[in-house]
Parts: sequence; structure tokens; C-alpha cells
Amino acid sequence: MFEAFSYISLQQYWWMIVSLLGAILVFLMFVQGGQTLIYTIGKTNEERTLLINLLGRKWEFTFTTLVTFGGAFFASFPLFYSTSFGGAYWVWILILFAFIVQAVSYEYRSKVNNFLGKRTYETFLLLNGIIAPLLIGTAVATFFTGSQFSVNMNNITLLTGDKMPVISEWKGLAHGLEAALNPHNLLLGLTVLFLARVLALLYFMNRIKHAAMMERVKKQLLFNAIPFVVFFLSFVIWTLLSSGFAVNPSTGVVSIESFKYLHNLLQMPVVAILLVLGVALVLLGIIRPLLFFEKCSTKGIWLAGLGTILTVFSLFLLAGFNHTAYYPSTFDLQSSLTIANSSSSQYTLTAMSYVSLLVPFVLAYIWIAWRAIDNKKIDMEELNNESHTY
Amino acid sequence: MENIDFSLVDWSRAQFALTAMYHWLFVPLTLGLSFIIAFMETLYVKTGNSEWKRITKFWMTLFGINFAIGVATGIILEFEFGTNWSNYSWFVGDIFGAPLAIEGIMAFFLESTFIAVMFFGWNKVSKKFHLVSTWLVAIGSNLSALWILVANGWMQNPTGMRFNPDTARNEMVNFWQVLFNPVSINKFLHTISSGYVLASIFVIGVSAWYLLKNREHQLAKKSMIVASVFGLLTTAFVVLTGDGSARNMAKYQPMKFAAMENLYVGQQNAPLVAIGILKEDSKETLHKKQDFRFQIEIPNMLSYMAFLDPNAYVPGIKDIVHGNPEHNILSFQQRSEKGKIAIRALSDYRNAKKAGNDSLAKVSQATFEANYANFGYGYYAGRDVHELIPNIPMTFYSFRIMVGMGVHFGALFLVILLLTLKNKIDKKRFILYTALWTIPLAYIAAELGWIVAEMGRQPWVIQDILPTIAAVSQLKSTSVQITFWMFFILFTGLLIAEIRIMTTSIKIGPTEDLKDSVKN
Repeated sequence: MFEAFSYISLQQYWWMIVSLLGAILVFLMFVQGGQTLIYTIGKTNEERTLLINLLGRKWEFTFTTLVTFGGAFFASFPLFYSTSFGGAYWVWILILFAFIVQAVSYEYRSKVNNFLGKRTYETFLLLNGIIAPLLIGTAVATFFTGSQFSVNMNNITLLTGDKMPVISEWKGLAHGLEAALNPHNLLLGLTVLFLARVLALLYFMNRIKHAAMMERVKKQLLFNAIPFVVFFLSFVIWTLLSSGFAVNPSTGVVSIESFKYLHNLLQMPVVAILLVLGVALVLLGIIRPLLFFEKCSTKGIWLAGLGTILTVFSLFLLAGFNHTAYYPSTFDLQSSLTIANSSSSQYTLTAMSYVSLLVPFVLAYIWIAWRAIDNKKIDMEELNNESHTY
Repeated sequence: MENIDFSLVDWSRAQFALTAMYHWLFVPLTLGLSFIIAFMETLYVKTGNSEWKRITKFWMTLFGINFAIGVATGIILEFEFGTNWSNYSWFVGDIFGAPLAIEGIMAFFLESTFIAVMFFGWNKVSKKFHLVSTWLVAIGSNLSALWILVANGWMQNPTGMRFNPDTARNEMVNFWQVLFNPVSINKFLHTISSGYVLASIFVIGVSAWYLLKNREHQLAKKSMIVASVFGLLTTAFVVLTGDGSARNMAKYQPMKFAAMENLYVGQQNAPLVAIGILKEDSKETLHKKQDFRFQIEIPNMLSYMAFLDPNAYVPGIKDIVHGNPEHNILSFQQRSEKGKIAIRALSDYRNAKKAGNDSLAKVSQATFEANYANFGYGYYAGRDVHELIPNIPMTFYSFRIMVGMGVHFGALFLVILLLTLKNKIDKKRFILYTALWTIPLAYIAAELGWIVAEMGRQPWVIQDILPTIAAVSQLKSTSVQITFWMFFILFTGLLIAEIRIMTTSIKIGPTEDLKDSVKN
């Protein structure tokens, strides 16, 4: 079946899969958002334990999605893996650190004799909650703003001279951290951070039965939704007005084009519709519980979650489709990565496409398992009856 | 080569070794304990005896503590291929990326989805649904081991690929040859079964501690029976697959094999040094030759082990370094010249293509392909070829200690099983202490296995094709030093936390009363 696909359609198919995984990852970062709200929403020890247990049943999905996103990106676009991870070293290392400390914190936080103490593990969760969305957002923004690197395949034949035989060389000053100095990048980082917090609040509304906490959740939703919307709109408008990195489809030559992303949006109406629909759903998911809390509080997470997935998905398509370099180099334009010049071979993409057919099954069993253990809202009483708590 | 930053290469290797070894402190227990728990819960569902439920839940608690830190130490490994070995990621990413992606899609989601049901589903789903979930966790974690070990085995014996000079990388041409690579399959089976042995020792050791403290008799004895049967069966499997590993090594990585055996001069009817001590001052001697201070040999055994033929010729370190025309072995010098020709031809090909000179490109490609098998040696042109010899004492001793411990584990399982079945285990305090103190030995044996496998193949990231010096990311050595120490401090801190939480949870014991579990 996939053998009949052309090379470029396989590359596009895989860009869509990577984009979808990235989009699901951003949605699932509600776990990270929630970790930054534990002390804001939970005023007593019991309340905080409740929140941590709610998030603790979901953190592994976010974590696993990140790992799968990384693996899928590696398998389908290995030149990105090699250039970005090896180059923007410090950004990725800090993100990974934030996830390492998260992975033990839920399980160890409330255990007797846990060496570092409860507060340390809660701090780990806070660090992960801030660093992961902020830096992942900042790193993804460089898809639109560019980084400084060069790629030269001939380097692997270097046996003498003063250069190592390494293909990708990073020219940025701080091995990736320089991206955070660009306000355009930082805007997306802040957008993702506040989006994660908004989604967390909507998740809490969906899962918690506790009147006092709900009041705080409602209040916080407004406080976090405003900066989120401001940051998001600033980022999108700035991006649509910026120059972008166009690829000549016949020669592969990369050049700067004014209003490239705006052009992409206009030239790909389906993506434009997805983006508008996504944004509308996110806003609807936020506004409905703010206005009609009693009726609409539980569904917000689903609306805003689906909206997030559509929005992020369409942003990835804006960055990579319509003859655009998705990982541009401002140091050497011709080193920029496109979905055509950075992908795996046609054979590998074909083989991997068969594996991608498993995804619907994975989604199906995740759905069944979630339903089975999350069938009703949680309150203090239920938590006390659990045999395994964090 | 004046262009190589050796400090960068060494620190990058150190960081990978550090993170991989930490990760491997937790994974084997996950692999084995997940199955042991699944057996126990199956016994509970089959017999309806709530004591089995209590036992299952107790081991599940310990499983959770270990699992969390296994996840924490695992994420870094996947991304380190990109962050620290970026050239490698391009050079073989077309082949190596696929197993990592499949691991995520096929295994990690299975594991993480059903682990939630396993821990939080006791009162929410049916007995059968819960049991299936527990089994799926075991299958998921073992499937993830399959894919990552396929990837590792492939690095030791690259198959199913072809170098594409236009993209300057290796590309997959046969997925099934990658998956069913003999080294990968054997490595997978040997590694997971060693995990089963470790987990069995863990369960037996902890149970022995309870008996020594005169506590939890039912739980301890029942657990011991399950674990010793599982351990005994899987030990046999470890021996079988270990034997296969040695044969693969002799065939595909003769230098690793010679180093592991400290065989300096190749010979027919080669004896196996069962026990040996190397002379310490051998650094001075030519070509890293290490003499034995003393050794006990089994005649012909090495030839038999390597090629199933007592008369077979086994090449030694000297033959591999200096060549042996009689046995058709090229010297390192010759191989590095061929490798250099391949690298030059690749450069010529790419330049010719760019200039539109198709005939030169064709000639260069032919030269390149004729010499590609030695590509990686080219990076050592003009260097001391002895850099291509791995650390001999390290591999030699690691292998022997690992095998010796394996024998001890097998004997222990047998003794424990017999004594438990005869209901005499409570009184054999010496055996119980031995079982308890075997726990750390199992961890040492597991790490030593990786030391043999990975240090023994130095300097190859991809056997014969890509050495570490050409695989590394272009970073400042100080950056990697900083992250090395960051990981060192963080992982050590987490390890201390894990051990303290684990031992405390064992001291507390099963939290659920027998009465409670009947009620549930």
C-alpha cells in the first residue's frame, strides 16, 4: 500500500505524523501546567495530595508522547535529530533534565524515608512544569525564526585539517540557549506555558468534586487565560507578518520571502480552516466555563484540548509545508532543513508507515483504559479508599 | 589526526556509559518482576486465594518504586544519540531511528497505559481486566527491550543496509535483516533472561530477609517458589544464549572475543582460560600484550566455544593487529589504508557529482564500494593502530566474574527450590543469608555483561564502519563535562533515594492485612 506513495508524499505523511504527535504532546502538557498550580489551587496538604494524584495518573502519557515524538522525529527526519539535538545542546539537555526529575517525583514524594524530602519532589514538579512548556515552546518557535548552524555532508570525509569530521556544526553562541534571547521565540514559550496552565485548570474542573477548590480554579482560569491569549495572538501576528524561509521546489534553493507564513496560510486553505477552528475551540473551551460554570465546566478540557491539537498541528504544517524550510539556518540559508532534504530514505519511510497503522489501536486502548479508571469525579473520600496513592 | 578533540570523545563516552549503566540498574528488575507479578496475580485469579492477591500487591509496590527511576534514567538515553552522537544520528539514523520510534509506538504506550490500570484499577475494573493489564505491562516492558536491543545488536553487526554516497549515510534496504539480525536476537534473549534471573534473585533475597526476621512466612515461601522456578528456567536460558553470544562475537567481532579471552597469538585447539590472573605491569609490553600470572585452562574449549569445533583456529590479538595471511586476516595497517581509500573516494565522488563529472563519479563510487567494509579504519590512517585494541583486563575479568556469578545463581535457585518444597528453608540461616547477599551480585553481573559487550567493541560505534571519534557531536568538551557531572549528581541522588525508599518499603512489608484483601 505505502509502496505506491511517492517519496514526497511519504515525507509529507511523516511530517503530519510528527506534527500530530507534537500537537498531542502540547495538549498533554496540561500535566506540566497543573504542576505549577499545586500550591495555588491546593491550600491544605490534603488538597495538594488530591491534585498530585489527579496529575499523577496522567503524567506518563505526556512523558511517553514526548519519547515517541522524539523517536518518530529521529526515524523520519534524522538530520533534524542530528542537527538540532547535537547543536542546541543546552536547550534539549535542560528539557530532558526537567523530565528526569519529574519521573520520580510522583512515586517518591509521599514515600517514607525518601531522602530528599517531600518539598524537594514538589519543587521538581514545579521545575518540570515551568521549564518543559517554556523551553519546548521556545525551541519550536525557532522553526519560524531560524537558528545558526551549518550542515555539510562532505565533512565526514575530513581526515586532516582542524575540523572534526562532523556534518552538523552549531554556530549559535550558547548551544541553543541563545534562542531564548529572541522575544519572538520567548512569546511562544510563554504561550505554551500559560496554555498548559489553562488546560490544567480545565482538567481539574473535569475531575474534581470539591467546592472550595473549584472557586480557586475558576478564578485562576481567568487570570491565566488572559496572558495566554495575549501571548498567543502576539506570536501568531508577529509570525504572519514576518519573512519566512521559502524553498524552490525544483532546485531546492532556500531564500527569504516576505510574509511567507501568511502566504502559506492563504495558499493552504485547509490549514487556515484548521487553525481558525482550533483557536475557536480553545477559546470556546475557556469562555463557556467562565460564563456558565454550572453547565459547562466538565467539557472545557475536551473542547480546548481538541482545539490545542488542531492549532499546534496547523502551526507545524505552516512551518513545513508549501515549500518551506521547517528548520531554517540564518547562518547559512542553504543549510536549512526541509522535509525533503532531512528525511529518511523512501524505504525506511515506507516501512515506518506500516508501523504507523498501529496508532489507531494504541489510541483505542488508551481510551478504553482511561474510561475504565476515570469513570467518575474524584473527591477526598475516594482518594482515601485507594490502595495506591502518590 | 590533529583534528580530533579526544577529550570531547572521552567525556561523551563517559557520559553515555554513566547514563546507560545507571539505567541498567533498574531495567532488569522491571523486565523480570513484571512477569513474576503477572504469575502471582494469575495464581490469585485461578485459585481465588486472597493471600496471592496480597503477595501480588506487595511486589507491585516495589515494582512501582523501581519503575519510576527506570523511566527517569531511560529518557536521556534516547535523546543522547542526538545530543552527544549527532554524526552517528545522521550516519545510521535511517536504520537506527526506526526501532526507537517503534519502541515508543508499540511498547511504551502499552506499558504506561496499563500500568495505570495495574495500580489504580483494583477496585474499578474486573479481575480479568486487571490481570490482562498486568500481563500487558510485562509484555510492554519486554517489547521495549526487544526494540532497543535490536538497535544495539545491529550496531555490533550492521546488516540490511547500504551506504548512499549522495546522502552520505547508510540507508535501510531490508527491515527484516535488521530485525532478525542474529546478534540482535541473541542479545535480546540473553539480556531479557538475565533480567529474569536478577528479578528472581531480588524476590528470593527479599523473601529470605523476611524469614531471617521471622516475618511474613507465607508471603516469603510462596514468593520463593515462584521466583526459584522462574530463576532456574531462565538461568538455563541465560547459559544457552550466552553461548550463542560468544559464537556471534567470535564470528562478527573477533577482536572483542580475543580481548575477552586475552588470546594474544591465535591458535588451533585453543584452550579456554577458566580462571586466570593477568600480570599488572603489562602496559610496557609491546601491543598491549598481557601475560598470565597464573591460569587454569580447559584444552580445546575456546575453539569449541567459538566455532563448535575443537580443532578450529581462533585468531589472537596479534593476528588481528598485524594480520595473518595464512588465515586471510588483514592487518589494521592494511585496513586503515583501505578505509582511507574509501573515505577519499567518497569525497571524490561527491565533488565529481557536484561538478557534473559522471564518469569520475562512477569510478569513485566503485572504488568506494570496494573498500567500504573498512570505512571506519580510515579515520585511524597515520595513527597508532593499537588504539583499536579494547581494554583487555577489563573485558577479560568482567566476563569471568559474570560467568562465575551465573553459576552461583543457578545453584542458589536449585537449593532454594528444593528446601522450600521440603519446607526446610526457615532453618537454613546460612542459605538465607547467602540469598540476601546475592542481590548485589546480580546487579554486578548484569553491569559486567554490558561492560564486556560495550567496552569490548571499542572504538566502534558501528562495527568496522564508524568509530567514536567520527560519531560524536561537535561540542565543547567542557559542556559535556558539565552535563556528565550534572547527571552523575542527579542520578546518584535519585539512586540513594530509590534504595532508601525500597528498603523502607520492604521493612514496612505488605501494608494490606489478610482480612482487607479478603474484603476486596
